[in-house]
Amino acid sequence: MDKTYHTPEEAIADVGDGAVIAIPGFFACGVPRILLRTLIKKGVKGLTLTCGCGPLVGAVEELTQLVKNKQLKKVIDSYGLFRSMSKGLEDPFEQAVRAGEIELEIYPMGTLAEKYRAAGAGIPAFYTPTGVGTVVEKGAVSNMPWNRAATKETRVFDSKKYVLEYALKPDFAFVHAYEGDREGNLRYRRTAKNFNHVMATAARVTIAEVENMVGLGEIAPDCVHTSGIFVTRVVEVPRVSFAITID
Amino acid sequence: MPVKFEGLPREMIAMRAAKELKDGDYVNLGIGIPTLISNWIEGMDIVLQSEIGMLKTGPLASGDGVDQDLVNASCQPVTQIPGTVYFDIVESFAMLRGGRMDAIVLGALQVSEKGDLAGWANPARGLGDVGNIGGSMDLCAGAKRLLITMEHTTREGDPKIVSELTYPATARGVVNMIFTDLAVIEVTPKGLLLKEIYPGVTLEDVQSVTEPKLIIAPDLKEIQL
Repeated sequence: MDKTYHTPEEAIADVGDGAVIAIPGFFACGVPRILLRTLIKKGVKGLTLTCGCGPLVGAVEELTQLVKNKQLKKVIDSYGLFRSMSKGLEDPFEQAVRAGEIELEIYPMGTLAEKYRAAGAGIPAFYTPTGVGTVVEKGAVSNMPWNRAATKETRVFDSKKYVLEYALKPDFAFVHAYEGDREGNLRYRRTAKNFNHVMATAARVTIAEVENMVGLGEIAPDCVHTSGIFVTRVVEVPRVSFAITID
Repeated sequence: MPVKFEGLPREMIAMRAAKELKDGDYVNLGIGIPTLISNWIEGMDIVLQSEIGMLKTGPLASGDGVDQDLVNASCQPVTQIPGTVYFDIVESFAMLRGGRMDAIVLGALQVSEKGDLAGWANPARGLGDVGNIGGSMDLCAGAKRLLITMEHTTREGDPKIVSELTYPATARGVVNMIFTDLAVIEVTPKGLLLKEIYPGVTLEDVQSVTEPKLIIAPDLKEIQL
C-alpha cells in the first residue's frame, strides 16, 4: 500500500469550498503549517476549521492569512482568542468574530477531545460532567445568536448531572507528525502529539504532513502512535521553525 | 473608592499554596500565580501534569535547551526529566476529568461563598460569554482538591470573593481553598472559614474587601509561610 503524495498541493487537491477541516496543535505546537500554507495558496473559501486548543493563537501567520483572505466561515475551538484584550482588539480573527463575519463556537477542551474520539470510535454522542452549571450546559457557546437557540440535553447518573455532547466528524484532518511511512503509520514528537492522533481517527479523510518519511518498519511497531488505517495520505514536508510563546 | 490593602506578593501567595501539596501528589498548575508554585516544590516527590500531554514536566528551558516540540500548556518551553511521559490529548483529559489529579491549582476572576468558580470570561472584553474556556472546566470537573490562588480584590479594589458570581461560571461548588495576598480561606458547607490572615491587616480590613460574611476560625493564625 502506498499513500505517499509528492507535494502538499496534490495531497489536498480535493479540499473544496465549504470543507470542514480539523486543525490540531496546542497553540504553536504540533500545527500542520505546510498544509495550512497550501490551503492559503489554494484559496478555497467558506471553510470551517475545527480545532482543539488555539492554533489560531499559536500559528498566527498562517491562520491570520486565512482570515484576511476571507476563507473562513467558522472556527470551533476551546481557546480561539488572544489572552490579552488589547492584542485581541488588533487581531483580524477577533475583529471578524466581533463583526459577525466569522462564527466562533467554543467548547471545553476535554469535551472537544472527546467529540473527536467519539467520531473516530463510532459513538454518536456522550455524557460528560464538564460544563454542568455553566453556559456550556445551556447550549452552543457562539457569537451567532441563531446558533444559541438549541438547548442541550442533561441526565442524572448516580445523583450527579451530566450534559450530552455530540461527536464531531470533520471532512478532513490535516495532521503533523515527526515520522511517517508510506502506509500512513505515524509517530509524533514530544508534546506535538496533542490533538493530532485523535483528529486523525475522527476525519473522513486524514492528510498527514511528516517531517521525515521513513521506510516501512523503521518506526518500531510498538512505537507507532497512529496506525496507517486512520491515515489517507502522507506527504513529506520540511521542518519549519516557529516562535513558541504566545501573548 | 474601595480601599486597597497591600498584602503578600504573588510569589508568596504561591509559596503558601505550595504548602498544601504533599509528597506523592499528582498536580496540575494553571496559568498565572499557580505556575509560580513550581518554584516552591523543588525536592518534593510531586508529579506535575501539563494538559498538552505531559507528566513530570521539567523546569523551564532556555537557550540551546529550547525545543519547539516541548512546551507546557502555557506555551512556555520546558524540559524533560527522568520519568517524563508524553501522551495525547484524550489520555490527558482522562487523567483530568477522570479524577486522577490529587490537586488542581487555578487562578480566578471570582469565587463565590458556595465554592463556585469564574475564571474564563471577562465581561469587560465585550464578547459576552464567548471566550477562552480552554481546559478549565474539565480541570474542575475531575479535581479531588481544587485550590485557588489569586489577588484578594480586582485592580480597582473590588471583592473577587463574592456572594454570587456575576461573571460566567467555570464550575459550581468545586473550590476547596482560596489563597490570596490577604488571607487563607476554606470553603465549607457552612460558609467561608477564614483560617489565616496577612499580619499587616485586621479582620475588619479583610471583611471589608470580601463580599460574603466570613466565619473566623477559632485558631485563626497569621499566614503560615
